[in-house]
Amino acid sequence: MTPISRTALIRRGTAASIALLLIFLAAWEWGPRLLGIPTFIVPPASAVYTEFVRMLVVNHLMFHTGVTAAEVIAGFILGSLLGAVFGYLLGMSPTAEFALSPYILALQIAPKVAFAPLFIMWMGFTVYPKILVAILIVFFPVMVNVLTAIRGIDPDLINLARSFTASRAQVFWKIEFPSSMPPLFASLRIGATLAVVGVVVGELVGGNFGLGYLLTFGEGQANTPMVFVCILMLTLIGGIAYLAVIWLEQRVLHYVPARPLGGL
Amino acid sequence: MNRLEFRDVTMRFADASARQSLTAIEGVSFSIADGEVVALIGPSGCGKSTLLNIGSGLYAPSAGQAFVDGEQVQGPSRHVAFMLQKDLLLPWRTIAQNVALGVEIQGQTKSECARRANELLRGFNLADFAGRYPHQLSGGMRQRVALARTLAIDPSVLLLDEPFSAVDAQTRISLQHDLAQTLKRAAKTALLITHDLLEAVILSDRVLVMSARPGRIVDEIPIEIGYRDEPLRRRQDGKVAGYMARLMERLEIVRPASDQPHALQPA
Repeated sequence: MTPISRTALIRRGTAASIALLLIFLAAWEWGPRLLGIPTFIVPPASAVYTEFVRMLVVNHLMFHTGVTAAEVIAGFILGSLLGAVFGYLLGMSPTAEFALSPYILALQIAPKVAFAPLFIMWMGFTVYPKILVAILIVFFPVMVNVLTAIRGIDPDLINLARSFTASRAQVFWKIEFPSSMPPLFASLRIGATLAVVGVVVGELVGGNFGLGYLLTFGEGQANTPMVFVCILMLTLIGGIAYLAVIWLEQRVLHYVPARPLGGL
Repeated sequence: MNRLEFRDVTMRFADASARQSLTAIEGVSFSIADGEVVALIGPSGCGKSTLLNIGSGLYAPSAGQAFVDGEQVQGPSRHVAFMLQKDLLLPWRTIAQNVALGVEIQGQTKSECARRANELLRGFNLADFAGRYPHQLSGGMRQRVALARTLAIDPSVLLLDEPFSAVDAQTRISLQHDLAQTLKRAAKTALLITHDLLEAVILSDRVLVMSARPGRIVDEIPIEIGYRDEPLRRRQDGKVAGYMARLMERLEIVRPASDQPHALQPA
């Protein structure tokens, strides 16, 4: 294969992606009918669109989407911040890491979404239990990545800074913190998608708002198009969160050699 | 006056089994006068780098003392700077910002940092690369930037730990030339740790030979060739071969077959 330029790659790739989308939509619209699948199992794309428009008016779709998005943003930001702070603290204190590691491991293994009913019992049918599940689920990948990044820094780099008479704070801000940025962003990408999972599970378990609630509502009415609309809206929220992380990453990690499409 | 002095320095590390300690270097004493360049060679694992870490104040010796400018080394100081085989450039900093790392840590103003960095980069013909990032430079250029960073804090003693062993042979020759010129021009004192016997001879005023662990100084060879700032010219000097032969002998690099310690003995 001959090497192609970056612009040619983007042009060809975009064209192929759009073609795939059209093929997918066509298959969705006419495929089930051709195969004799009933519309209450797989509704065609047009029916899902009609339901989407109906839900905008009748079910306050935008209100529920907004609530879910706000919970995702809050859970993602708080979870990442907490994860990063704990990652840095444990990274700087091997003793603390050693002492806490069995508990961290236990919490990491425990399925975080299983905490959702508990949080709802504690905090009622509010937004808080949903945000809390998201925080919990985002926390671990961020903490583990930051911790591993701090542990993995070349000791000679720390010694170099120390030989220049750097204080502990200077070593952190000039060496450790910037070194941890690439792994931190890798974990934020994961966190952005996990936050949606946490919030939806919280909404599925209890409450009367959010896309998770609409999902169970649609399920109760055997309204398959409604379920499809909710899944699409959730994917949209996750996608926007993911793209926001990439946007920020490209600004912070501008010094990293360029990858096509920013390594999407 | 002695810029750097080691007085009866011994370093022991706790062994992995923690039962016994491992002696890296034992009773090492030597001093380096102002403006002198001393090379230190020895077999791998003989504790050369440990000596450098003690000199830069990163490790405290188990026994004995190190002195810089007559003052006992108690921790990292502004008068000592080290440079390693790895360039240790920070990928998120531009070349100029990398050069300024030391002065920035020592609390210089932004403009002073930039001024110092640009001046040094001009001296190394790297001014055009001031705004680039490390990954955009070749290995030899990166090592030159590392040398500029070492000089930026204007140390009285430079500790160089195999600074050119990771670059290709031609780049090494050019870097050796740059280093020799810089040390002469700035009248710096340096301790150069190297594996390369030729490098030791052509760059230094004196070569110290260390034994295998526990490292001790077993020989001291003054290099009486002159023109220390011209390693290219030194390479061609007739005396180099003689020094090399003596170093090889002291390091026991070549020994007669009958002398092999692990040779099979007849039953």
